[in-house]
Amino acid sequence: MTRAAGAARAVTTRVLPLRLALWLEDRRSATRELRRSARVFARSASSMTGLALVLLFLAVAALGPWLVPYPEDARGAVHLERKLQPPGAAHWFGTDEVGNDVYTRVVLGARVSLQVGLVITLVGALVGVPLGLVAGVHGGRTGEVIMRVTDMFLSVPSLVLALAVVGALGPGIVNAVLAISLVWWPGYVRLVQGKALALREEAFVEAARAVGTGRLRIVFVHILPNCLSPIIVKASMDMGTAILTAAGLGFIGLGARPPQPEWGAMISHGRNYLPTWWWYSAFPGLAIYLTVMGFNLLGDGLRDVLDPKSRG
Amino acid sequence: MLFGLLCITFAIAHVVPGDPARLVAGPDATEAMVATVRARYGLDRPLPVQFVRYVTGLLAGDLGQSLHSQNAVRDDLLRYFPNTLELVALSLGLAVVVGVPLGMLSAVYKDGWIDHLTRAVSVSGVAVPAFWLGLMLQLVVALWLGWLPLGGRLKLTTPPPEPITHLLLVDALLRGQWATLADALHHAVLPVVTLCFPALASILRVNRAEMIETLRQDYIVSARAQGFSGFRVVTRYALRNAMIPTLTMIGLRYGWMLGGTILVETVFDWPGIGLYAVNAAVASDFQPILGVTLLIGLNFMLANLLVDLGYAWLDPRLRRAGAP
Repeated sequence: MTRAAGAARAVTTRVLPLRLALWLEDRRSATRELRRSARVFARSASSMTGLALVLLFLAVAALGPWLVPYPEDARGAVHLERKLQPPGAAHWFGTDEVGNDVYTRVVLGARVSLQVGLVITLVGALVGVPLGLVAGVHGGRTGEVIMRVTDMFLSVPSLVLALAVVGALGPGIVNAVLAISLVWWPGYVRLVQGKALALREEAFVEAARAVGTGRLRIVFVHILPNCLSPIIVKASMDMGTAILTAAGLGFIGLGARPPQPEWGAMISHGRNYLPTWWWYSAFPGLAIYLTVMGFNLLGDGLRDVLDPKSRG
Repeated sequence: MLFGLLCITFAIAHVVPGDPARLVAGPDATEAMVATVRARYGLDRPLPVQFVRYVTGLLAGDLGQSLHSQNAVRDDLLRYFPNTLELVALSLGLAVVVGVPLGMLSAVYKDGWIDHLTRAVSVSGVAVPAFWLGLMLQLVVALWLGWLPLGGRLKLTTPPPEPITHLLLVDALLRGQWATLADALHHAVLPVVTLCFPALASILRVNRAEMIETLRQDYIVSARAQGFSGFRVVTRYALRNAMIPTLTMIGLRYGWMLGGTILVETVFDWPGIGLYAVNAAVASDFQPILGVTLLIGLNFMLANLLVDLGYAWLDPRLRRAGAP
């Protein structure tokens, strides 16, 4: 009895340093890997452009109120005496029909877009990833049903479905975001299911199953971490696409309502003042373009580093 | 599949809160008036009953009625869809005709100036908001330069052709109304370019990547070594193989384009199903939106079928494998 306990302790004391060493080696190789990835990323001009654009966008969204000359214009102040002025020193992007500074509204619109993009992408991933894991790992009838529903959602462009939902809910930015979130998850189900299905057959998962590892542990320790790279890449791209879709709904008149500074709605209003007062719709569109391009390029760059096999 | 889509759209339209009957009756309507409207459209029945009624109606070709215009949705869709189909077909055609050769050239002259141009287009194409691009084209080309009309399908003074196919351009061609055809083409340029841009970008991107991959393969190198001309190797051997993923992208893009018409038709006042859906959504009129969603879903499925047939044409192995 005591001999057995002694032997066990001896094994533990011998094994522990070994585990520590293995863990340390693991960390070290992870750091090396990270450094290599960073080098690859930094060498690509388009990746760095994407990163710069995204950082600029985040900085503008965070510091907006301190960057703008007329913060009250975001809440719909009225200064009719300076309406529809062309771009100049006082108003870099000109003014709109009630004299609001377009530059101020574009800068503060970044925050709206960031929130919209984050909510849609997060909800999409939070709903889609678990469903994808269930469909990929568990499979069976449940998996079949999940994939069928996913395919149905994927057979109609998300903007059309979102339009249907907003049409039923009524216009407004909260409803628009809700509508887009409701139709955003199928992409994640597809992605994660495919990846999980492939991982399920991998030797290390087989081995884990063979030594009696629980199903949940397999999912969270072995499968999910290996799905993370494509999820991160997709999320980065989706930030851009979600912002674009929400701006589209804003443009149609089903998204944000004035005076909220939302880019799509601003373009829609500025449209009535073309061609003379072109700056009203030109600058918000430019902001959308640069933001979406930033997230796309960043996503591309991340994919080259994290998930080079799925390039296309 | 289509039945599933039907369930989803029906659920979206009916389960979410909002009372269409009240909207139709108007803000000043009394409870009794709202109840009358509800009874007239069967909105007072339990949801399963409404669903069965909707599906049986659908099987008989009845897509319901627009609460707003009182027209049958089927008639509206028949009237508007040809316009959308023309817009999408022209845009997709343009995207393929420009995208495939450009992707090919970009792969052959990798890192040359044409490759840089192509990459710039493919990065911009998916990032630029279509509605904004449309507006800016309107601003510069139509309003400042005055080269092309602002929107719509024909000038007010241009007589439309007698319908044969209900496709305006085709009808004008068949009837030999050259002035009408020219005017319709004039009106089509800006919307087609706007709608084609995102598709062009992704077709370029996929075709370029696939061509680069294919040109590295052994059989290409050996074909070159055997002295086949560069042009023949690229177009005959490499392009054919690179086209398979490109074809998938084209099929996908057809569906997305139908979604894109929502914005592009709004900008250019193009009387298609996209504009129709937007007007319905703004008026909370859900039968038309339901009809448009189903129509787009159906088209998407047809496109997938065509893509599968296209694979067989491109790849003889698939043809033999699929043969009974």
